[in-house]
Amino acid sequence: MMQPQIRNLIDISDTPAALKGKADMVLERARWAAQVFQRYDRDATMAIVDAVAQAAHEHAGRYAEWAVEETGFGVVAHKKLKNELTAHPLVEHYRDQDFVNVCVDEARKIVRIPRPAGVILALTPSTNPIATINYKILIALMTRNAMVISPHPAARACSVDAVQTLADAALAAGAPDGVIQVIADPSIALVEELMASPKTAVILATGGTAMVRSAYSSSTPAIGVGPGNAPVFVDATADIDKAAKRIVESKSFDNSALCTNESVLITLTEVDARLRNSFKQAGAYLCNDDDASRLRRYLFHDRGFNIESIGRDATWIAQECGIRVPTSTRILLAPITHIGVEEPLSREKLCPVLAYYVAKNRAQAISQARAVLRLAGAGHSAAIHALDERVAMAFAAAVEAYRVVVNVPCTQGAAGFATALAPTFTVGTGFFGRSSVGENIGPGHLIHWTQMAYNNDVAETFGNYHGLTQDFGGPLPQAPSDGVPGSNGYRGATAEQHAGSLPGVTRDELRRMIAEELRAVLRK
Amino acid sequence: MSQAKLEFLDRSRTFWNPGKTQDWQDMGIDLVIDRREGYYLYDMDGQRLIDLHLNGGTYNLGHRNPELVEALKAGSARFDMGNHHFPALARTALAEALAACAPAPDMVYTAYGSGGGEAIDIAIKTARHATQKRKIVSIIKAYHGHTGLALKTGDDRFSKLFLSEDTQGEFIQVPFNDLNAMEDALRGRDVAAVLMETIPATYGFPMPKEGYLPAVKSLCERYDALYIADEVQTGLMRCGEMWACTKYDIEPDIMVTGKGIGGGLYPIACTCIAERCGGWLKEDGFGHISTGGGAELGCIVAMKTLEIVQRPEVRSMVSFISDYMRAGLEKIMAEYSDFFIGIRQHGVVMGLEFNHEQGAKPVMKHLYHNGVWAIFSTLDPRVLQFKPGLLMTQADCEEVLRRVEIGVGLAREELMGSLRRSA
Ligand SMILES: Cc1ncc(COP(=O)(O)O)c(C=O)c1O
Repeated sequence: MMQPQIRNLIDISDTPAALKGKADMVLERARWAAQVFQRYDRDATMAIVDAVAQAAHEHAGRYAEWAVEETGFGVVAHKKLKNELTAHPLVEHYRDQDFVNVCVDEARKIVRIPRPAGVILALTPSTNPIATINYKILIALMTRNAMVISPHPAARACSVDAVQTLADAALAAGAPDGVIQVIADPSIALVEELMASPKTAVILATGGTAMVRSAYSSSTPAIGVGPGNAPVFVDATADIDKAAKRIVESKSFDNSALCTNESVLITLTEVDARLRNSFKQAGAYLCNDDDASRLRRYLFHDRGFNIESIGRDATWIAQECGIRVPTSTRILLAPITHIGVEEPLSREKLCPVLAYYVAKNRAQAISQARAVLRLAGAGHSAAIHALDERVAMAFAAAVEAYRVVVNVPCTQGAAGFATALAPTFTVGTGFFGRSSVGENIGPGHLIHWTQMAYNNDVAETFGNYHGLTQDFGGPLPQAPSDGVPGSNGYRGATAEQHAGSLPGVTRDELRRMIAEELRAVLRK
Repeated sequence: MSQAKLEFLDRSRTFWNPGKTQDWQDMGIDLVIDRREGYYLYDMDGQRLIDLHLNGGTYNLGHRNPELVEALKAGSARFDMGNHHFPALARTALAEALAACAPAPDMVYTAYGSGGGEAIDIAIKTARHATQKRKIVSIIKAYHGHTGLALKTGDDRFSKLFLSEDTQGEFIQVPFNDLNAMEDALRGRDVAAVLMETIPATYGFPMPKEGYLPAVKSLCERYDALYIADEVQTGLMRCGEMWACTKYDIEPDIMVTGKGIGGGLYPIACTCIAERCGGWLKEDGFGHISTGGGAELGCIVAMKTLEIVQRPEVRSMVSFISDYMRAGLEKIMAEYSDFFIGIRQHGVVMGLEFNHEQGAKPVMKHLYHNGVWAIFSTLDPRVLQFKPGLLMTQADCEEVLRRVEIGVGLAREELMGSLRRSA
């Protein structure tokens, strides 16, 4: 028999009305989910967070493979590690912070009540698709927000699948339906519609500059971050061997697909020879001038950086450029004699190629490091290898970066995976980098607090907020489908009325009140 | 009331419908709907109302839903009503879209009416042709429209007025939820079909008892009658599934959808017919003729409506709205427990029951004066029909609840005061 087909005689899918209709529906569903999520207490919230972290952990390997296969960027083992780091360890980092309960400051007579943003629109990149998704979803859930993810088209398939997997895990753990959604067909027009919608509370944008700028110009509050181009200064007081090892480790990690990777190395004449030697030991290949110009031509077209090279192996890139390197090569060191507009190699390179510049003295080194960030990557990251803290201080205070990591691989260190910085896949580039936040973005950026503030006058006493909480209603009780077998009756009635009659009173509080009443009665 | 409105109401009395115009004034509802957008209506004097009447789901997706308006506009660049005698692109496309989401696998045909009543008439004629029997069983106080045959299945208030009630004993009515009465009506094997609104709307949404509808369907099978599901108000996701009958495990032989299917923009109604019941379509395809039935622009809008209501977001929102409204109404019911005594609910199909035989009327009035438009049940004025749209925002739902709490309180004061006086 002939089967019925859905045949669209009049296609309006590209019209503004259709795009707005689609965006509105996704966002309104998210708003509903966010509203209900705000009724959850901390235990219920963390149970969801843990379940989602577990799902992220379990699928870390599968999605690492898928992401590399789909995008061609990076190294499966490293992506797997990143996907794992953005699961349980991320949650553990914030375990002791409470984004759900009220916080009472007796000394200042202030009570703070957390207010989730509501609906967060998250744009995720192609370079670190899954780790960014894990991280954004988990910080949204920790703060009881709903999130709509619009993945980069180049990583669409793995991203859509990963978000769905985490959304399913959240739902199974009791989260409101629709708390995590993904845009399966992220066209530019649709994303613009989502960004401009008043139903979006905040845009969390990680990705290319154009996209971040358009988030900021959407008129919706945005946390967008700029690109990186980290200078790394190896000082004369550094442990040269260790420095070289760490930099190679950093640059080869996921083949520099993270924006916190070192881009331009600056060192001093007196350590140049030793440093080159240590690099060789550590698996770096030192380019000659001819190699460097081949690299320059290959990596930088007229249109900008050659995205073909993003996250590729050093040996693959060398081969593309016709440079003969040992198969054990982990990074390519390209010596340069200029920093600035005339030297493309001093720009951001999301691949294991590190520009190598020798300065005459520290003052020049610092001035060159400032120049690197002036060219690109302002407000992002910088690294220094030095044992003299005065040098470190001078460097950090001079460069326009909001995180300067010391004696540590910059890729991992600036992203908070080898330092005490907040673990993140969204690195705030602050005012230097035309962004609203200068720190590593974490859950704290996704809520604001209502502050109840008392009179300063010592004669006015502060209230007793001990044991008081907001009114956590929990998930909405399911409405009945009268007459459908098994769904008759409404189980929510008593719970709702109870919550309504005694707002904010905990069960313990209630027990105490009853006991007191009883005592008063017995005394009579 | 503005001078302009007073004058307009006079014109309405003179040229349109004096009785209807006046009845609303007598009930304290001086509404003249002017502008409309989303779930908001604006009275000609400017008052905003949140629409919870939606004309029985006609405005399920909101008034002038932009996607539907766009589909209608784009459609009119190519189509018009079409020629109802010929195979037509849009009519067939909509029939396929309906077959793809029909509540029974063999429901392949769609015949078109220009309104729900006509589609019910088609359903009845189809059942009569298929069974070669005449009798139609419906529910006391059911409402299926006011066309020739549909009229006879409903309350005689509407048929006797026009001397159009059944005089041949062909239209039998039985009480809802009464299986014995249903079996008695069917036992003689002379019934062509049972016509069943899955949840009788105009009767105030009394809910089918567990097992009632499937038992009626079994009785139909036992006594060779067809089961016609009237899903004019309950279909299109209002009960959380495409068709409410599916929730009750019914696979009807014939199903009627109307109202919301036209998106509130282009009137259209559809009679979906199982292959085995659609014999007349082969025997004499010209058997039912309707120039406006299935107008192709209506089909274009209807296809968009079907596409929208089947999006996963809609399912999710319907469940949020149902749960949220219920939780809020429970609180209001607890507050006015001597007056607001019950909630009938299936998804966003809701009836609020009041402890007074005309209780829903003052509630309607006070809601109206507090910015919410919800209508009482014509055939059971103790019940207020409470019908939120499928896409209502959380903010609007919260607004509605805030206003309902106030309105119900005022209505209670008005009625309980008079009760006390009369006691
Ligand atoms: C359940 C039901 N069936 C049929 C109809 C008739 O539809 P129409 O008014 O489009 O003829 C209505 C109208 O209110 C209805 O509610």
